Amino acid sequence: MQVVVCAKQIPDPATPYELEPDTHLLVRPTEQILDDTDRYGVEMGLQLAQASEGTVTLVSMGPAGNMQGIRQALAMGADKAVIVDDPSLRGSDALTTARVLAEVIKREGFDLVIAGTESTDGYSGVVPQMVAELLGVPALTYATAVTAGDGSVTIHRQTAAGYDIVEADLPAVVSVTAGVVEPRYPTFKGIMEAKKKPVETLSVSDLGLEPDIRQKVVSVEPAPERQAGEIVEDDGEAYLRIVELLEKVKVI
Amino acid sequence: MPFTEEHHHFRRVVREFVEREINPHVDDWEAKGMMPLHDLFARMAQLGFLGLEYDPAYGGQGADHLFTVILAEEFGRADHGSIGMALGVQVDMATPALHRFGSDELKRRFLAPTLRGEMVCSIAVTEPDAGSDVAAIRTRAVRDGDEWVINGSKTFITNSLQADWICLLARTSDEGGYRGMSQIIVPTDVPGFEVSKKLDKLGMRASDTGLLTFTDVRVPVANTIGEIGRGFQQQMAQFVLERMWAAYGAVGACERALERTREYLGQRVVFGRPLLGHEYVSYRLAELVAQVDLLKHYNYAAAEAYMRGEDPTRFATIAKLTAGRLTREVADWVLQFHGGTGYLEETWTARFLRDQRLGSIGGGSDETMLQVLARMDGFWV
Ligand SMILES: Cc1cc2nc3c(=O)[nH]c(=O)nc-3n(C[C@H](O)[C@H](O)[C@H](O)COP(=O)(O)OP(=O)(O)OC[C@H]3O[C@@H](n4cnc5c(N)ncnc54)[C@H](O)[C@@H]3O)c2cc1C
Repeated sequence: MQVVVCAKQIPDPATPYELEPDTHLLVRPTEQILDDTDRYGVEMGLQLAQASEGTVTLVSMGPAGNMQGIRQALAMGADKAVIVDDPSLRGSDALTTARVLAEVIKREGFDLVIAGTESTDGYSGVVPQMVAELLGVPALTYATAVTAGDGSVTIHRQTAAGYDIVEADLPAVVSVTAGVVEPRYPTFKGIMEAKKKPVETLSVSDLGLEPDIRQKVVSVEPAPERQAGEIVEDDGEAYLRIVELLEKVKVI
Repeated sequence: MPFTEEHHHFRRVVREFVEREINPHVDDWEAKGMMPLHDLFARMAQLGFLGLEYDPAYGGQGADHLFTVILAEEFGRADHGSIGMALGVQVDMATPALHRFGSDELKRRFLAPTLRGEMVCSIAVTEPDAGSDVAAIRTRAVRDGDEWVINGSKTFITNSLQADWICLLARTSDEGGYRGMSQIIVPTDVPGFEVSKKLDKLGMRASDTGLLTFTDVRVPVANTIGEIGRGFQQQMAQFVLERMWAAYGAVGACERALERTREYLGQRVVFGRPLLGHEYVSYRLAELVAQVDLLKHYNYAAAEAYMRGEDPTRFATIAKLTAGRLTREVADWVLQFHGGTGYLEETWTARFLRDQRLGSIGGGSDETMLQVLARMDGFWV
């Protein structure tokens, strides 16, 4: 099975993020790590590919930098990577990103595309569905478990109540949640091999695309400080207040 | 230092492994006085942490020495000292002589499973009546046909309650002094081998340390590592790597301790200002940072000399001496600047002080380092 994993390099969330003053766009350092969410995607892809003697191709869009994050995924075991790095894509919106990714995925060929549900630095959470639409294949989202084989894919789709079992014919796009599988650590050998694996860098014109970015960040506000919680002292009737609070937030 | 992108990548992986697979369990292991080494080493082996520099024919990784430097530094950053010491024994204290001088047969039987993490090993040199003075050891192996018959005892032996085999230094002739010793592999399941006592220690409490007795223990003469009678010299070479490991680990330990202290002192307000706003505190810490940096780069010089094929003994001796003293100083000062909080068992500084106290004793005391150095440099008549 030919698996494509969408993987994004992001600035290390452990370091403070910086925004450009005029555009409000994230300043992307040369050193970026593999988005944690995508580690799950890469691991899932590797497991499915290994079970079927298939391959895993990484597809990524964004400033390549020193490719630390991509190497991380290659060291885990992915076979190769294609990264689209083009200044005209700065500030790209979800749809533009999806168009670029879908174009690369089409060129590479695929049975299954795996993506994280949302990136840790952007959180739009719509790219995988858009990619599926652009590729004309089903989107199976919020997977907490994935099995694939014999021309079909089955997932557990996370719901408020538990999970739905969703099945589709391949080719398809699956978005996976954190925890779908336990991502492996790169091994010493994997790290050494990663530097020899093919990484192709493309521009938008290589793909024959013209970015049409319609989104602008107008202003950015710091998130409001979290309000202090309420401490309910138990005088024998604290449960009444707790029930009241739970009803207020509509969980009971 | 010629660290490549691969070295940096490896460092990130080891750091994450320590943070996720080691640190969350440290309190539990400290309370139990034991770490599950077979399980841990098996997982580390899968990632290539065991036998980085060893021959791939026996499961080694064929890596350069800088990867070992990184492994030791990063395990030094763990929430306790025990795991770095246990790993050091497995990869850099009990196995280097076997790798360098052992027969193919011995390496297949003992080195390969050790690098797969299926076997845990120990190095047994120290005896109740012979520590710093290795030439005074009395454990004796007497030849009986194709077998050694071993009698004696060894003490302070790290990992020994879990060890599957032991790299034993024993007398194999009556020559006395430095002569007539051999390194012998003793599997721990042979009759006559006994862990007589698990030793209760000030620090390194998660590390199992044993007093061992050997009563008519029989092992094949083929279990001898390298040449019969060359054990002392082979062990001295092995000590050099042990001391380098200790010095590398000390840097990781001190750097993390100073980072954690910086974080706390940046928050802790005394006399209306954070402690880091008091010159004495910040300058004292800056001095320690400077000393740690000097050790780090001295270590790197040692590593480079070793990689060039030079004898690193002098480097290793000075690095180990400096590391032992500096970690004690750092441990004392970081506790001091944490105040009463630093004295609490629940604060990391308490364990840090206890664990790091070993640095000036284990692997040869500071005074032993001075003795070696004084002799090498002609300050000894
Ligand atoms: C936790 C722990 C783990 C250990 N693990 C191992 C292990 O796995 N394998 C192993 O073989 N050993 C191990 N050791 C033993 C360790 O290597 C010895 O404790 C060390 O070499 C010192 O020997 P000693 O304890 O017999 O002290 P002694 O030799 O009795 O020396 C006592 C003190 O005298 C001073 N001194 C020594 N020599 C001189 C000198 N020439 N001039 C002036 N002063 C001197 C030093 O201050 C020294 O600390 C371990 C020890 C500990 C505490």
